[in-house]
Amino acid sequence: MKENLFIQAARRPLGLAAMITLGVLYLVAIFAPFIAPYQTQTQQLQKTYHPPTGLTWQDGRLQVKVYEQVDPTVYEPIPGGAAPIRFFARGFEYKILGLIPWDRHLFLVEAPERIYLLGSDSTGRDVFSRLLYGAQISLSIGLIGITITMTFGFLIGSLAGYFGGWVDNAAMRLVELLMAIPGLYLLLALRSAFAAHVPSDQMYLLIVIILAFIGWAATARIIRGMSLSLRQRQFVLAAEVLGQSTWKILTRHILPNTFSYLIVAATLSIPAYILGEAALSFLGLGIQEPSASWGLMLSQAQDSKVFMMNLWWLLIPGAAIFVTVIAYNVLGDVLRDIVDPKMKVQSR
Amino acid sequence: MKTYILKRFIALVPMLLGITFMVFVLMSLTPDDFLTPIRAQPDVDERYIERLEQEFGLDRGPIAQYLLWLGNIFPLHYDGEAERWWQRIGFQVNFGYSWTYRVEVTELLAQRIPATVLLSLSALAFAWCVAIPLGVLAAIYKDSIFDRLTSILAYAALSIPEFFLALIAVFFAAQTGWFPVGGFTSLDHEFMSFPARAADIAYHLILPAFVLGVGGIASLMRIMRSHFLDYLRAEFVTAARAKGVPEGWVMFRHVFRNAINPLISMLGFAFSGLLSGALLVENVMNYPGLGQLVFQAFLRQDQFVVMGAVVMSSVMLIIGNLLADILLAKADPRIRLH
Repeated sequence: MKENLFIQAARRPLGLAAMITLGVLYLVAIFAPFIAPYQTQTQQLQKTYHPPTGLTWQDGRLQVKVYEQVDPTVYEPIPGGAAPIRFFARGFEYKILGLIPWDRHLFLVEAPERIYLLGSDSTGRDVFSRLLYGAQISLSIGLIGITITMTFGFLIGSLAGYFGGWVDNAAMRLVELLMAIPGLYLLLALRSAFAAHVPSDQMYLLIVIILAFIGWAATARIIRGMSLSLRQRQFVLAAEVLGQSTWKILTRHILPNTFSYLIVAATLSIPAYILGEAALSFLGLGIQEPSASWGLMLSQAQDSKVFMMNLWWLLIPGAAIFVTVIAYNVLGDVLRDIVDPKMKVQSR
Repeated sequence: MKTYILKRFIALVPMLLGITFMVFVLMSLTPDDFLTPIRAQPDVDERYIERLEQEFGLDRGPIAQYLLWLGNIFPLHYDGEAERWWQRIGFQVNFGYSWTYRVEVTELLAQRIPATVLLSLSALAFAWCVAIPLGVLAAIYKDSIFDRLTSILAYAALSIPEFFLALIAVFFAAQTGWFPVGGFTSLDHEFMSFPARAADIAYHLILPAFVLGVGGIASLMRIMRSHFLDYLRAEFVTAARAKGVPEGWVMFRHVFRNAINPLISMLGFAFSGLLSGALLVENVMNYPGLGQLVFQAFLRQDQFVVMGAVVMSSVMLIIGNLLADILLAKADPRIRLH
C-alpha cells in the first residue's frame, strides 16, 4: 500500500518534481563528506567573509579566480589569476556512509588557494561544505522525529479511541494541555529542563525527543477520532467477537485503515521538525558550534556586519530550508489529493 | 451566551493548573535554579541568600515550591489579621521577582504583553486583508493564470521560515534604510506629539507585522479558495442565480457569507501560530515583546519570568480561541453555543 501511494504520486508532475528534489537533497546529505571540499571546522582566519569564488575557463580547464584582500573583509579578483580545480583529488580523510575510509573529494584546489563556492563565514569556514554537513542534521531530524511522533500519536490515539472511558479522557486532557501552550513557548520550557550545554550527539537526540514530545498531540487527536468511528465498524466488531487480542485489532484493523492518513500527516508535518530544529539552533539552544546545521548557520547571519556589508551568501542556509520545506509541502499535498481528494486544505 | 463564556472561563482554571504544574516540573528538573547567578556574586551575603531560599521555598521539595508559587499568583490575598479583615484582602497577581531586570515579573509582563498583542493583531489583520480578497479572486477565476500564480506564491509563503524572512527583512531595512532595523519606538519617542507617537509606533510595526503575517496569508488564502469553490457549486447558489439575483450579490451574500465561517473558527488556531512566530520575529527583529522577554529570561535562568510568560501566553491563546468561537456564533446564526 505504501509503495503504491508513492508510485501514484510519482506519476503526477508536481509529485515527481518534489520527490526528485528531496531525493537529490538526501543524496547530497549522505555523500556530504565526498562532495564537500573542506571539513565543517576547518578555519582560514586570513579569509573571513570571503565572497563566493568565481569560476573561469582558462588553459583548457575549469579554474577558480584568485582574490586579493583589499580591506579586512573586501576582496577583489586578481586579473588573470586562477587556480585549477582538481577533480577526485585527495583531501581530508572520511568514511563513506560511516564505514569505508576514503580521502578522495569531488573537487579541490591546490592548498594555498581555497575554493569557496558559496563564500566563507566569520572564521573563514567554507559555507558550501557546512551547508552539506548541515543537511545531514537538518534533513535526518525530520525523518527520525516524525517516526517517533507517528508511533506515539498512533498508539495513544488509537488506544484512547478504542477503549474510550477514562483512558480516552486522560489522553485527551493531556493533548489539550499540550496544545494550549504556544508551540515555541513549550519548546523553550521543555528545553529548559535540560542543561544549557550538551555534547553535540546528545543534543541531536535531545532535540528529536523534545520535538516529538510536542508533536504527538495533534496526531493522537485525529487518530482517536478515526478509531472511535472504526471501532463501530463490522469488521472490528467481528474481530472482537472472534476474540482477537487488542494488539492484533490495533495493528491488523485500525492501523491499515488509518495508514494513508498517517503517511499524509507525516509528510505534511516533517517541515515542522525541520523548522523546529532550525529555530532551536538559530536561537542558540540546539546544535552547537563547531557542528553545522542550517539554523545554526543562519544565526551567524544575524550579525549587523552582514546586513551592512551585503554579505548575502550567509543567508543561503535559509534558502536550503525553504527548498526542503516547499518540497515536503508539495509532496504532502499531492499525497493528500491521492488519498482523499475531498480532504480540506489544513492550516499549518 | 453569558453562561457559555462563564463556563469557558471556569474550564480555564484546571487547564492553567495543569500547564503551570507541567512547566514547573520541567523547570525544577534543571540543574540550576534562579538563585545560581546570585550565589555566584561574591558580594552577596550568605544569610541573605538563605533568607531568599526560605522565602521562595527553595529549601523545600518541588511540590511545596509549586504550591508557594501558586499561592503567590492567586489574585486574592489575606494576611491573616482579624481586625478589619475586609480591608486586608488585596487583589494582586504576584508572579514573583525577576533577577535580571530587578523588577516584579507582573510589571515586566505588563510592559511587554501590549507590544506582542499589537504585533500579533496587526499581523492577523494584515493576513486577513490580503488573504480573503486573493482567495475569493482565485476561486472565482479558477485555473486562470492568476489562480496558478497565487497558489505558487501561497506555497512559497507557507514554506519560508519566519526567522529567515525576518532576517531578509532586516537585511532589506539595513540596505535600503526605508524602515527601522528594530525596536518598538524611536529614541525621541517621548518628545513627540500624540499623532506623531502613533505614527512612530506604526512605522516600527510595519515590517515585523508583515513578516509575521506572510505565513498566515498562505494558509488562509488556500482555505478561503477551497471553501469558496465548495459553496459556488452549492444548490442554493444555483437557485439564487436562477431567480435572477445579481451575480455580485450572489457572490457576497450567499457564497462569501458561508465560506468565511471556517476562517473565523481558524482564528483561534492562527493565534497559536502567531504567538510562536512572534517569539522568533521579535528576537530577530529586536522587537521588545513577550517572546523576546521569555527567550532572554530563559537564557538567564530567570525562572519566574519564564513561568509568568508561559502562563500569560497560554491565557492569551485560550482567550483568543474563545473570542473566535463567540465571533463565529455571531457570524453564523445556525451555531449555538452552550
